[in-house]
Amino acid sequence: MKTNRDKKEYWASFVQRWSGVALALFLPFHFLVLSLILQGDEVLDGFLYWADAPLVKFAEAGLVGLLAVHLLGGVRLLVIEFFAWKEWQGYLISVAATGAAATGCLFLLRAF
Amino acid sequence: MENNQKNITVSVWRGKEEGGFEEFQVPFVEDQTILDLLTHIQRSVDSSLSYRFACRVGMCGSCAMQVNGKPRWTCRTLVRNVVENDALKLEPLANLPVVKDLVVDMEPFFDKWQEAKGRFEPAESPVQEFAPIKPQDKQRAKVDEAIECINCGCCYAACDVVESNPAYLGPAALNRAWSLINDAKDFANPERLKAVSGDGGCQNCHTNSQCVARCPLQLNPTRSIAGLKKAVALATLKGEI
Amino acid sequence: MSNRIEFKLWLLHRLSAMLLGLFVVVHIVGMIIAIQGGLSSAEILQRTSGNYAMGVFYSVFTIAAAVHSSIGLRTVAFEVLGWRGASINLVLTVFFLMLCVTGISAVGGLVL
Repeated sequence: MKTNRDKKEYWASFVQRWSGVALALFLPFHFLVLSLILQGDEVLDGFLYWADAPLVKFAEAGLVGLLAVHLLGGVRLLVIEFFAWKEWQGYLISVAATGAAATGCLFLLRAF
Repeated sequence: MENNQKNITVSVWRGKEEGGFEEFQVPFVEDQTILDLLTHIQRSVDSSLSYRFACRVGMCGSCAMQVNGKPRWTCRTLVRNVVENDALKLEPLANLPVVKDLVVDMEPFFDKWQEAKGRFEPAESPVQEFAPIKPQDKQRAKVDEAIECINCGCCYAACDVVESNPAYLGPAALNRAWSLINDAKDFANPERLKAVSGDGGCQNCHTNSQCVARCPLQLNPTRSIAGLKKAVALATLKGEI
Repeated sequence: MSNRIEFKLWLLHRLSAMLLGLFVVVHIVGMIIAIQGGLSSAEILQRTSGNYAMGVFYSVFTIAAAVHSSIGLRTVAFEVLGWRGASINLVLTVFFLMLCVTGISAVGGLVL
């Protein structure tokens, strides 16, 4: 880490970038799995049976968390870029982080 | 002077792009600035040390360099506020070519200032009636927030985007363009809006606010660049540029 | 200056982000509701089959996500890897088309 990176905005931007890359690379697999339906119910069910494993559920919750953090961080960016600047916008980073963690946890609670 | 005076170890960059750090032991004096410390080295230890300064009081913007990895104006930075474990590391400003030791070539920085149309352009013909600009005018308030830049280059050196994309105009030039776009007496638009949205334009900013963290005058280039993004986006969507 | 194409891509990235902001909220809420009690293809198909509004929603969602992720990856490729020019544009065009085709065909499989 470079020594001049000492603002939470840097970390917000870091998380935004790499959660975005992870989600973009996940998309083809997501669509591939959904396409299994075209090959018949039992093919998709075979996958869904595998996806019922606890480890996969945790991984899914991680993805939901990434999606939520990218969403909330993205809303923060759009607010900054397309509305007038307000000092309270600094708190949006904390709101995004908390909201994303809460969404991931909620998903886990429902999944089990 | 006390006999058992505390020394601090100062590692100073020597050479050009290729070079290395040289260590100096410098007596610690309460309230000395980084610039005082460099003057001590140059006058008492090694007269070949190169560094740049002019006003010594935070007005000219010529003395900025990396202090323990962060760009700072050295004339207004007290050693006691930044020293870590009795040591300091001084390097030339990041993201700019090194001339010698702590002196960088500021030309790319000022070239981009021009590229962003960072100079006032009056109407082509003499105006018959002057546009009144009242103190409480909203646009004027936006200008007020963005002026007083001393071109020290701290924001440019702190910017991650400049580092990864050398074409990026950078916080200072874009902040300047924003102050002019809000000047009712300036007539460079829409050319300036085009100038700030080329390949190295405002859209490259990642809103990291490293420039805000490092501006010695507490300006907010990130806010100015956000203003530019919105202004250019609206003009583009309306087909004006 | 190449006709300010970089700025226009950025703008497209932000406009797609605004759409996605709405879509993702619906997607996350729907997901958290649907996940309860596990998933099966019969259950999924029961929800989606013949639901044309959902088909339109997810088709637009797919295209917006494909636009947004392709432009985002292009910026990361340049700033992180220094990869720019015709080769990355080609790779990402293929990525974009692949997402559109697989995504929309999966939506078709679920809805029709």
